[in-house]
Amino acid sequence: MTPPAAATAVISMRGVLKSYGKLEVLRGVDLEVQRGSVFALLGSNGAGKTTVVKILSTLLKADAGTATVNGFDVSRQAGQVRQSISLTGQFAAVDDVLTGRENLILVAKLRHVDAPDAITDDLLARFQLTEAADRRASAYSGGMRRRLDIAMSLIGKPPVVFLDEPTTGLDPEARIEVWQTVKQLAQDGTTVLLTTQYLDEAEHLADRIAILHQGTIIAGGTLAELKQILPPAKVEYVEKQPTLEEIFLSLVGSNERNES
Amino acid sequence: MNAHFLGDTTVLTGRSLRHILRSPDTIITTALMPIAMMLMFVYVFGGAIDTGQGAGAGNYVNYLLPGILLIAIASGVSYTAFRLFGDLQGGIFERFQAMPIARSSVLWAHVLTSLVANAVALIVVVGVALLMGFRTGANLFDWFAVTGVLLLFTLALTWIAVIPGLTAKTMDGAVAFSYPLIFLPFLSSAFVPTDSMPGPVRWFAENQPVTSIVNTIRDLFSGQTASADIWIALAWCVGVLVTAYAFAMVVYRRRIS
Repeated sequence: MTPPAAATAVISMRGVLKSYGKLEVLRGVDLEVQRGSVFALLGSNGAGKTTVVKILSTLLKADAGTATVNGFDVSRQAGQVRQSISLTGQFAAVDDVLTGRENLILVAKLRHVDAPDAITDDLLARFQLTEAADRRASAYSGGMRRRLDIAMSLIGKPPVVFLDEPTTGLDPEARIEVWQTVKQLAQDGTTVLLTTQYLDEAEHLADRIAILHQGTIIAGGTLAELKQILPPAKVEYVEKQPTLEEIFLSLVGSNERNES
Repeated sequence: MNAHFLGDTTVLTGRSLRHILRSPDTIITTALMPIAMMLMFVYVFGGAIDTGQGAGAGNYVNYLLPGILLIAIASGVSYTAFRLFGDLQGGIFERFQAMPIARSSVLWAHVLTSLVANAVALIVVVGVALLMGFRTGANLFDWFAVTGVLLLFTLALTWIAVIPGLTAKTMDGAVAFSYPLIFLPFLSSAFVPTDSMPGPVRWFAENQPVTSIVNTIRDLFSGQTASADIWIALAWCVGVLVTAYAFAMVVYRRRIS
């Protein structure tokens, strides 16, 4: 008796509730993610994004409601769900003592893939880590750690990848690198559910966006659909105050202004 | 999933052994503190301590070594709490939990690593004791028995260490549990005979696990047939092991559910 939408939905949540003690974090979350799409869960800090990801990746049990991933129930078929997914948590979960290569080989062995070495070499090249492969992960920059983290998640080619705030704390350059990785994943047919608090990130990457606010999804759809929710544009006249940049430039003289 | 238990545990044990190889200071500090204590007790206090043959008489290194070995283990197991807490903090614990691996492998890998690391530290301590004049009449079988008792004691204390490793809020909290464990040998027959102690202290010393374990190892090292102490020692070790393991598993299930 599965609803018809479940046939194409690779991730589905219905009426999921979760409280920590008296604190209600999720108050009935429904969401559906189509196979091969990039789905962004948008929300401010404390909205419950990480809790959604943890329930879907079998790390937390929901108090009520159902959730399935790749056709498997997250609480009754946790083992099969874990076979189908990969989780990249909020903080790059790499082993600092090991080198980049050793981190990848560790995951490859735990995922029981054939030829761990070949897969590792391939991923190192794909994530531009070949040169740094034999340095310890503790010596990596924030962007490199994140790339290694995501590379570790792709071993074994799981059909569903969860990225929990993949660009939080990264500099703009590293952020763009992660975006490119996500786009590439989507091209390869992997389903990606990512959480973010950056609106432009959702706008750039996601096929569909859901806004999670105070434990429920208050809006969802494609970017175009969400734009229609907004009130129509109206014209307002606002007095323009000088910006600090303009003050700065007028103080230091016109030479700099001409150069810039 | 249990089909992968052995393989996954081997892979994860290899990982944490590599941690130790890259920071061998964890083994050095485990061995260093008991060695310093051994030097102090033998060369400073030893001359004044009467182990039953008159003050300063007899081989005090022989008398002292079993207790020193237990102190080494008690401080060594705190690294299990340290490494486990580090895994939880760093998020790699969650990564493992979201992967299709045998669930208890993560804990067993840390426990097996503790056995290996402590064994290496104990070998270093025994080596220094030999240089300081430790002599034994133990035969091969006695050595096997000593090794077995020490491994069992390490295993029991390591499972105790797993509990703060999983539940602590701070790194300091995770390792603080070992301080009372390190102190236990002082209230036992490890340094002085218990019959020199005042009533309540003596009662405690004679009825706590360290005394029976120390007496057992001392008997085995001296080549005597072990007294009834060995059964009390084994009962303590197995009892602590089973209790700590059960508690650790409850805490672990709560942590991962």
